[in-house]
Amino acid sequence: MGLTREEGHIAHVSITVNGRVRKANVEPRMLLVHFLREQLNLTGTHVGCDTSQCGACTVLVDGRSAKACTIFAVQADLSEVVTIEGLAKGGHLHPLQEGFWVEHGLQCGYCTPGMIMSSVNLLSDNPRPTEREIREGIAGNVCRCTGYQHIVNAIQYAANKR
Amino acid sequence: MAAPPVLPKLVGQRVKRREDPRLIQGGATYVDDIKIAGMQHLAFRRSDVAHGRIRSIDTSAAQAMDGVEAVFTGAQIAEFLAPMPIGTPFPSPVHRAVAVDMVRYAGEPVAVVVASDRYVARDAADAIGVDYETLPVVVDPELAMTGKPTVIHPDFPNNLAVALVSSGTGVDAKGHVDDSTIDKAFAGADVVISQRMINQRLVPNAMEPRGVVAHYEPAKESMTIWSSTQNPHILRSMIAAMNGLGQDQVRAIAPEVGGGFGAKINIYAEEYVAAAISKRLGIPVKWIEDRSEAFVATTHGRDVIGYVDMAAKRDGKVLGLKLRLIADVGGYNMLLTAAIPTLTMLMASATYDIPAIRTTLTEVFTNKTPTDAYRGAGRPEATYFVERAMDMLARELNMDPADVRRRNFIKPNQFPFTTQMGAVYDSGDYDKALDLALKAADWKRLKAERDAARAEGRLVGLGLAMYVEVCGVGPSATLPTGGWEHSQVTVERDGRISATTGASPHGQGNETTFAQMLADQFGVPLEHVTILHGDTSVVKQGIGTFGSRSQAVGGTALHMAGGKVKAKMAKFAAALLEAHQDDLVFENGTIVVKGSPASAKKFADVAAYAYIPVPLPEGLEPGLSEEAFFEPSNNTYPFGCHISMLEIDRETGEPTLLKLVAVDDAGNLINPLIVEGQIHGGLAQGIGQAMIEEAVYNEDGQLVTGSFMDYALPRAADFPRFELHATVTPTPVNPLGAKGVGEAGTLGSTPSIVCAAVDALSEFGVKHIDMMLRPEKLWRIIHGGRA
Repeated sequence: MGLTREEGHIAHVSITVNGRVRKANVEPRMLLVHFLREQLNLTGTHVGCDTSQCGACTVLVDGRSAKACTIFAVQADLSEVVTIEGLAKGGHLHPLQEGFWVEHGLQCGYCTPGMIMSSVNLLSDNPRPTEREIREGIAGNVCRCTGYQHIVNAIQYAANKR
Repeated sequence: MAAPPVLPKLVGQRVKRREDPRLIQGGATYVDDIKIAGMQHLAFRRSDVAHGRIRSIDTSAAQAMDGVEAVFTGAQIAEFLAPMPIGTPFPSPVHRAVAVDMVRYAGEPVAVVVASDRYVARDAADAIGVDYETLPVVVDPELAMTGKPTVIHPDFPNNLAVALVSSGTGVDAKGHVDDSTIDKAFAGADVVISQRMINQRLVPNAMEPRGVVAHYEPAKESMTIWSSTQNPHILRSMIAAMNGLGQDQVRAIAPEVGGGFGAKINIYAEEYVAAAISKRLGIPVKWIEDRSEAFVATTHGRDVIGYVDMAAKRDGKVLGLKLRLIADVGGYNMLLTAAIPTLTMLMASATYDIPAIRTTLTEVFTNKTPTDAYRGAGRPEATYFVERAMDMLARELNMDPADVRRRNFIKPNQFPFTTQMGAVYDSGDYDKALDLALKAADWKRLKAERDAARAEGRLVGLGLAMYVEVCGVGPSATLPTGGWEHSQVTVERDGRISATTGASPHGQGNETTFAQMLADQFGVPLEHVTILHGDTSVVKQGIGTFGSRSQAVGGTALHMAGGKVKAKMAKFAAALLEAHQDDLVFENGTIVVKGSPASAKKFADVAAYAYIPVPLPEGLEPGLSEEAFFEPSNNTYPFGCHISMLEIDRETGEPTLLKLVAVDDAGNLINPLIVEGQIHGGLAQGIGQAMIEEAVYNEDGQLVTGSFMDYALPRAADFPRFELHATVTPTPVNPLGAKGVGEAGTLGSTPSIVCAAVDALSEFGVKHIDMMLRPEKLWRIIHGGRA
């Protein structure tokens, strides 16, 4: 978390998002998720609740998964943020994106970006998780469509690809 | 030409979804992702009290805020917006989109703000002062039925939304009741099972809350409305009617929709208000529901008390069933509210040949959020009541729960079977599903494992439930909108195919399954087919997605439209090939005369000829685009058997689901991978109901489980790995033989788990446990208290 430079009710932030430095003036109360969605038009990050329970807004902040509805944009000043839009590299899907596709790990897709970003964190901490570790590792993300079984399969697929 | 590559048949294959690339890369467009120049944001001020008279509303502080465009109270909205319509024939109280004078549940809108951004709109809504004269609150439907302590709608004495309605044996079309047959059935019984059961209130909780963007363009006299809805065509009809516009003047769009589960069938207050304000102010407006709002402002599901009496002979043969239903519908009737519990009546015969059935239904207003469809919608309730009673009967007679069910099954040679409730079951083989489930689960071994665990002092139980549901909804006589579905299939000039469907998906994967069907039908690659949906300006007609109807009804319309285009294309090809159209085969991107591969014409070349038809074959119009409406002759009746194994911690009362085996028969399957996903999701919701989900109100009418911190939405670690199996009994109702599968998982899982819990606690003499299986409740049974 960096310093913020407030001027009246507007703060200046400089946040690196998906490898690009983005400078903006924001209200200090603006949530990171709204900064990403409203100011940068990165609408892949979703809002599914207002109590930090559902995880639909999960992004990576300085390499760790974080719920973007729980962070003010000013708290992410000088940080490096990766969203679902920044995960595929050079036209190649990330192994987790591929896993979710191949294993049918999504239906309506609304929780999916957050679920994938959480899983990135999970696999970086534990590259070979057991099924139980996967199920517990995504406890901060809620899906109402899939019953999670194909999500577990998708994460296993990605783990096996690494 | 060289032999074209052979294309595999795709129907029946586990094809990965064509929707997914956009969804896994953040490239999808949900309602909240839409921006229009000049767009303003709406925020609703909602009632804090569950029942009260609005003394005054002070909007001055809100109106004075920078960025606030307008503030409307309910009375002001009522000047330009008529009361909310419903879709059922039952009498219904006046329901204003924004409350005027009275509020009847906590969360009912009382004012709305229009402002420059969502933060300002929320600030302004919070700055509105509302003064209420609070009135007595009733949240218990059986108390509400006495008219005490309050009557919520003055024209509905004793809070009866629907006063006692009878159905089944001895009840004629005019409602005349003859009790002789049902009385005789009970008089001849060796044993009668009687139990009051609660099928508790649930919150649907699609991960994408609702949202709407309404854009009325005065100079064009036209309205475009984007909404997170399951049925854009119904939305179009309703928005047009409520705004004095023709249906040709309204374009409704369901963009990417983040789940629905029945709760996005309704056309809600916020949609009507957004459209009406956009029209009045001539500006685009957006409203996005917060999760906290969703908990109180989006319809809930279930909330039915069932009094079940089952009469049987000592050999397990059921002679009669009485089912008295009391449905708590909340504060108002929404679109289908009043009709949902009638589906519970319709399905009261379950998978059994029960010679006498009497059901009665009373619907009651309370000071709670209105109920309406939620995944399964009436059928899980029927399944739960009957299956629990069947299990109690088995326990009473000391029979195996599988045997008592088998004793009563409707047999394969009895189909089509008309139940005492008037449902005409299309096809079924219940023994087959039960046999497969017992085999797949290894029922005998499970029983031995259970008994071994018990010998160690563990509390382990097994539960089994059959189900049959009514799907593929349905003949037009059964729906206020009509029950058909529509499709238009076009072979484009370049030989690619685009097709529309009125079955508007929100996670079901129609873009994939429908493309699989057309690719096979035309012998072209999957990648050459695009399925269009959700936009009424592109999809000319449609009903929508609910009642597990997409494949059975929508898929059939697509198949019919495809057939019409193919027949016409064959005529063009016949002219080119100087062959008879009946001798042509569509395969591998070509059209070829049967038995003469050298004759093959490229599919794209025939398409091009149809659009530049020189010479034009006699009797043909140019072009390749045809539409079809499919009107089903009947509903479909998918069925199955779910088996659960559950352990309850003796010390804490905490239940753990050890095993769930599901056998589902949805008829023919287009994409088994997608079908599995649908079943998994249904199971998760069915298990959630049995074990952890419950909408709890306090006596003041406040929803105390009003966030994800309080309402237990299942997480990944709550489930074991589900074991799925299928039998295939095609339906004769449509040419695909597909029955529908979207709701199946919620049917059998719920009673099977409660049966397992009762089995686990059988040593304590417990006969029934009401959902959900709260550890405290189970602990009390174990430790001598009462459930």
